[in-house]
Amino acid sequence: MRLTDTLRFARDAAAGTPLRTALSVLAMSIGVAAVVILTALGDGARRYVVGQFSSLGTNLVIVLPGRSGTGGFNPANAITSTPRDLTIDDAASLKRLPGVRRVAPLAVGSSEISFGGKLREIMVAGSTAEFIPIRNFELAQGQGLPEEDWNRGSSVAVIGAKIRSELFGSNPAIGQLIRVGDRRLRVVGVLKSTGQGLGMNTDELVIVPVSLAQSLFNSNTLFRIMVEASNRETIPSAKAQTLATLKQRHRGEEDVTVITQDAVLATFDRLLGTLTLGVAGIAAISLAVAGILVMNVMLVAVTQRTGEIGLLKALGATARTIRLAFLAEAAMLSAVGAVVGYLLGQLGAFALRQFFPVFPAYPPDWAVIAGLSTALVTGLLFGVMPARRAARLDPVQALMKR
Amino acid sequence: MALIELSAIERRFQLGDTTVHALAGLNLQIEAGEYVAVMGPSGSGKSTLLNLLGLLDRPNAGTYKLEGRDVTTLSPDEQATVRSTRIGFVFQSFHLVPRLTAAENIALPMTLAGTPAAERKQRVARALKDFGLDNRADHKPDELSGGQRQRVAIARATIMQPALILADEPTGNLDRHTGEEVVNLLEALNARGVTLVVVTHDPGMGARARRQLVMEDGRLQSDSGTADISILGKISGRP
Ligand SMILES: Nc1ncnc2c1ncn2[C@@H]1O[C@H](COP(=O)(O)OP(=O)(O)OP(=O)(O)O)[C@@H](O)[C@H]1O
Ligand SMILES: [Mg+2]
Repeated sequence: MRLTDTLRFARDAAAGTPLRTALSVLAMSIGVAAVVILTALGDGARRYVVGQFSSLGTNLVIVLPGRSGTGGFNPANAITSTPRDLTIDDAASLKRLPGVRRVAPLAVGSSEISFGGKLREIMVAGSTAEFIPIRNFELAQGQGLPEEDWNRGSSVAVIGAKIRSELFGSNPAIGQLIRVGDRRLRVVGVLKSTGQGLGMNTDELVIVPVSLAQSLFNSNTLFRIMVEASNRETIPSAKAQTLATLKQRHRGEEDVTVITQDAVLATFDRLLGTLTLGVAGIAAISLAVAGILVMNVMLVAVTQRTGEIGLLKALGATARTIRLAFLAEAAMLSAVGAVVGYLLGQLGAFALRQFFPVFPAYPPDWAVIAGLSTALVTGLLFGVMPARRAARLDPVQALMKR
Repeated sequence: MALIELSAIERRFQLGDTTVHALAGLNLQIEAGEYVAVMGPSGSGKSTLLNLLGLLDRPNAGTYKLEGRDVTTLSPDEQATVRSTRIGFVFQSFHLVPRLTAAENIALPMTLAGTPAAERKQRVARALKDFGLDNRADHKPDELSGGQRQRVAIARATIMQPALILADEPTGNLDRHTGEEVVNLLEALNARGVTLVVVTHDPGMGARARRQLVMEDGRLQSDSGTADISILGKISGRP
């Protein structure tokens, strides 16, 4: 039998039992759609987190007070139980290191803001002029914090977009005097609206000079020091130098943790990549289930078409011809199921992106290819048994069945 | 050389503890071009004999020579080729593929044999015309009458131009008139030189054959004898 004839024969046979065919196509397509949508979710999560981390800034080295638990046993730490705080001077000492472009100290806390009788809770970030460029924030109006002595901050503030609209409505905000805690500050800039991001929501943030924030919170410590390396290559040396400098300043005690954005990024990338793979594996199980369903459908088809198989043998069909015809039918069911499932999956991912625009739910290519080929291979594999059963039927017995 | 030569054919079926001798020590020769009716009571082995002649079944013992070749020892694929090229079947219950049109059913043996589509189309068109099915080409079997269905089946049996046509009660599901038509068609084929073996319960139809075999309990009870085909040929003016 010619290939085109075999395919047409299989197609007509599948079309002859529409319900059964539709069911197995559906099962297969659900399997493939599950792979596509779940990996789109997984990979979307990965991209989202990676994107958020990238938006923190570029080539960042971040200093946290306290030693991270993973550093191993340090006798110095064991004796001095309270780690030394990070100070503004610590931050200032990093400015002149080679390979470091910018440094911004960061103190955070919550406070109240009021203007014209309106009052609300806000996040206050105390930092310096460098903070906004390091974090890639953009200004909608006015300017950032002034360049000045870090220990003597002027009474100014940069406010988030939501705070501006809540306090000032359509009136100009720049130049207005607001009250933050017990201080009167002049608004010098308004941040562009960014929406919810990782970490801080800048729309509800007020940025003030770091020394002002410290006196507002009545503390000398910093939450973080953000260091921006001059380029990608200098990140490791900037990290090492930062650590060495702070260790020296803290009398040889390594009581800070220095992380690089790259390392965090790589960790999340790997973690979420593995997650996606796992999710794809689970979805692939539904493909195996679909394969078993195709096998059952084909076994029923063989039983129902026993008389026809006997006839084909009487008309001179070889065992191979009959095997191929049934195998082609199984392959067709799974191929159509795979294509339908692929389209359904892409549609689902598209819908996800419509509902959650920040979430880049695109299925990765490897998952699409793996899903489609798994569907085809299982379909064929599970089609072999029914096809062989059909080919082995005894023609006389088969012809007697009706 | 006889077209069919059966010697000492045994076909047994095991039914629990008892062995059924469907064919027992059967010897039979059929010459090319003969018209043979096989008769006998139910269960006498007529269908078993026909299945054996059609290579759908194998004997437990004995030899079957078709056109001088021992076909009992052929591989399944070789037997399939012999069925495809040399033998046509006509069944009591027609055995048409329900989802295929009349034309497609007629073409099926050629499709299975891998005949190119263009040639198939041409030969099917001629067969449809020969069997008066011109305007039924695109009808599915369930849109055809019993007589039309059997005509499609006969067209299918002849489309590969076989030497031998085996018909198991071809008129069993038809009324008298359409049965008559079908028999006429089969006899016309025989007149063109195709060997025809028909199993029938109808004595009238059996009497129309030139040779009658009566079976009982897997044996030949009577054989009206081999007509001398060469003489018949001279009489009817065939070479
Ligand atoms: N597959 C089988 N298994 C067991 N016994 C069988 C089988 N096929 C045929 N037989 C037995 O062999 C004998 C001959 O059967 P066969 O079908 O050849 O009879 P028949 O002459 O065609 O009868 P009918 O006129 O009723 O069609 C019967 O006794 C039948 O029961
Ligand atoms: Mg019978």
